Amino acid sequence: MPTIWLVALLLALAAAGFYWGRARALSTAGGDAKDLHSLPSYYGYHVALTSFVPAIGVLAVWLLAQPLFIENRVSGMIPAEAVPENSTLGLVMSDVRRVAEGLDLAVEQGLLTRAEARDLSSGSQDVRALLGEVGVALGNDVRPEVLTAAQAFRNLSNTGKTAMSVVVALLALSGFAWAYSKTHKDFRARNVVERGIMALLILAASLAILTTVGIVLSMLFETKNFFGLHSWTDFFFGSTWAPNFRGDSELSILPLLWGTLYISFIALLVAVPVGLFAAIYLSEYASNTVRSFAKPLLEILAGIPTIVYGLFALLMVGPALAGVFAKGGLLGVEWMAGATSVLTAGLVMGIMLIPFVSSLSDDIINAVPQAMRDGSLGLGATKSETVRQVVMPAALPGIVGAVLLAASRAIGETMIVVMGAGAIAKFSANPLESMTTITTRIVSQLTGDTDFASPETLVAFALGLTLFVLTLGLNVLALYIVRKYREQYE
Amino acid sequence: MTDLSQNTASEPRKHGGSLLEQTPRTKKRNAAEKRFRAYGIAAIAAGLVMLIILVTTIVGKGTGAFQQTFITLQVELLESKLDKKGERNIEDIKKVTTFGYAPIIKGAVAAAVEELGIETSLKPKKLAGILSKDAAAQLREYVLANPDQIGQTVEFRFLASSRVDGYMKGRVHRESIANDKNISPEQLDLVDALAAAGVLEKTFNLDFILGADASDARPEAAGMGVSMLGSLFMMFVVLALALPIGVAASIYLEEFAPQNWLTDMIEVNISNLAAVPSIVFGILGLAVFINYMHLPTSAPLVGGLVLTLMTLPTIIISTRASLKSVPPSIRDAALGVGASKMQAVFHHVLPLAAPGILTGTIIGLAQALGETAPLLLIGMVGFIASNAPETLADGLLSPNSAMPAQIYEWAKRADPAFYERAWGGIIILLIFLVTMNTLAVILRRRFERRW
Repeated sequence: MPTIWLVALLLALAAAGFYWGRARALSTAGGDAKDLHSLPSYYGYHVALTSFVPAIGVLAVWLLAQPLFIENRVSGMIPAEAVPENSTLGLVMSDVRRVAEGLDLAVEQGLLTRAEARDLSSGSQDVRALLGEVGVALGNDVRPEVLTAAQAFRNLSNTGKTAMSVVVALLALSGFAWAYSKTHKDFRARNVVERGIMALLILAASLAILTTVGIVLSMLFETKNFFGLHSWTDFFFGSTWAPNFRGDSELSILPLLWGTLYISFIALLVAVPVGLFAAIYLSEYASNTVRSFAKPLLEILAGIPTIVYGLFALLMVGPALAGVFAKGGLLGVEWMAGATSVLTAGLVMGIMLIPFVSSLSDDIINAVPQAMRDGSLGLGATKSETVRQVVMPAALPGIVGAVLLAASRAIGETMIVVMGAGAIAKFSANPLESMTTITTRIVSQLTGDTDFASPETLVAFALGLTLFVLTLGLNVLALYIVRKYREQYE
Repeated sequence: MTDLSQNTASEPRKHGGSLLEQTPRTKKRNAAEKRFRAYGIAAIAAGLVMLIILVTTIVGKGTGAFQQTFITLQVELLESKLDKKGERNIEDIKKVTTFGYAPIIKGAVAAAVEELGIETSLKPKKLAGILSKDAAAQLREYVLANPDQIGQTVEFRFLASSRVDGYMKGRVHRESIANDKNISPEQLDLVDALAAAGVLEKTFNLDFILGADASDARPEAAGMGVSMLGSLFMMFVVLALALPIGVAASIYLEEFAPQNWLTDMIEVNISNLAAVPSIVFGILGLAVFINYMHLPTSAPLVGGLVLTLMTLPTIIISTRASLKSVPPSIRDAALGVGASKMQAVFHHVLPLAAPGILTGTIIGLAQALGETAPLLLIGMVGFIASNAPETLADGLLSPNSAMPAQIYEWAKRADPAFYERAWGGIIILLIFLVTMNTLAVILRRRFERRW
């Protein structure tokens, strides 16, 4: 791991910089810290930061940019006619990468010398067998274009890596030298260091934007590729979901969206009444003792990982429902084919959402001014009348917001539906049938052997983007409603 | 006012009789009040009942995984089978595969049956069927480690096969095995006899907690240990990245950020990221870390990076709350004695906010520990994590699983013996989560200052 060594080198340089910078500043002041502009350690930090931060920044950017650059250069080397039919440039490139990786391994294990790996040609040696020996299995023989591309790939990678080490080391050393030479008792080290730290703080805060941009861009690019291979009208307006890895799949989001919304609806049907009544009771009726143990206990439900709920759906609720509704069940009907169904996933997801709804609505009900309750009670209304006719209407926008937030949770939930909902995409109103959701399909299209050039894999990114937009929209709407409502009473 | 007096005038209230007697309308209203209250109680009870059902199910189904049926046997390590040349050359001994050990095990079971005087019509091959398929590998490992023991008789404690284990735990019944190739009623008779003789017993199984996962055919040998290490390495990455970045971001937003569009945008982004479904972070990880940066698939490093992005909003939100709770007088006092703004924050505000930050971090880590969905996309399921990593780099970069991913993997397998493992795994996972959350609560109680 040369990169790790490089980072270790930078850290060591920074530590040395701290020590020497501090010592030099003190010596220019004749050993008396009172003559310095800043505290002695600031001079140390100045040298350490100047040598470390730019270098590590360049290192990070280089590591990010190099693959893109090399990919572009190498894929430019592969002529269009070298891409076989029913394959794509992306597939050829992944072959190139594997061959390059295999050559690296062969050199590492001593099967090839560096020169041999560079000059190897597919005519003179069986490259596939050679790579098989080091544990890189290839699907077909290595074609000459692929081999040359792989060699170019290795060359570029190696040159890039060496150049990176040199540039980073030089940058660190020059930063060190510059900062060290600036170190003098009159140098305003604290101001410079504080400006540097401020820049780092801003950088850390911007990471949130960067993550969002990363999410959107990564999904947008792959979605664009997907719509290049598959018609967007079928994706948005088709009616069948039938991925077929031999091609010619029908990939429409509508049946998945139906399953997602249906399951979320059932979950909300469970969670909203229970959560809402629990919140009303806790905020309007319960004594302090009841409140102090019931609220945290309910909130435990929110802290349980979703895998637990998933397992509960798969192994407990599903079989229990099947025991009632399936063939040979308690009711003697045959309404359910297996343990997975919309109801299974919906019920369990509802349990998960109870604390979510209850604690949000609890906050909102508590925000209704006490004067409104007092007024209603003073007129002779009972407590329940006050709640129904005064508190609830006042809290309604906030509660709608809370329900929307819960809905966005339900739509994005993965593990419960993966384990409890089933895998059949269809339009059906029967809650005892198994259906599938957007998140389930994302998981199934992206796990296992995936080929990032086929629409069957890429569709997951389009689904992900839709999911992202959907949940984001719901959240923004909900937050807007909640915020607007809060302002009303503040 | 006039309307009011007119209304009362036109509709005089018809209260007849005593005030102590309730009119039908009052009765109705009071009943409605009682009903409403009952709905509230029912709702809370429903929530608590769900919690109780959940916990009892987990405990009831999972505790079995911590016990395992073992069979203690005297095994004669025959020189004629294991080291034909008799030179104790380790290379020769290594040539004997696990198949070569099978006859020794068959012999050992047959000898034990004979010694105990148990009558059975089973052939030696069927006799050895009550042992795990792991037994031969266990024996071979021992012999390779102690070649000098060849020719001796050594006592071994073998795992029983999963069916025998299920029978001992009441999961497998005589009626349910009619179509089961792996076990027969005669074998169960033998199991009963061996259990009565004390050769076969059910004891605590440390290997479930510390061991590695096992293949589909050997549920009795599967353990959580290696995936626990995977989770540990991921948490290490999350802590190392999310804590400094999260604290730095919060300090900027809370203490320094001017009111401008950039700050607004950052705030909106953070609150939105907190609500993005976790699977979307998985897609991001797949696209950026694996497809673009070519980091190794299934590596805890990648899992840790994805979970870092997911945990950051949680940490930022709680850190900001605890920074906000430090009163301005602290900052004013520091600035008043000549500290710079940066010094006031780093020397005074941050240490005072530290307990709150720590609590938020622990809760964020606990969330990350239980998260599964993004790990599915970056490939942390679907293979057997059989070896514990040896070095730090190995632990970060070589394929591994994580606790929740391992549970999911077990839940997907066909053999019901794995379901018990999955519930048991959940107990371990929940113990971690409960410990972390309790720690957070204790820290908050102990160090929280009210100003």
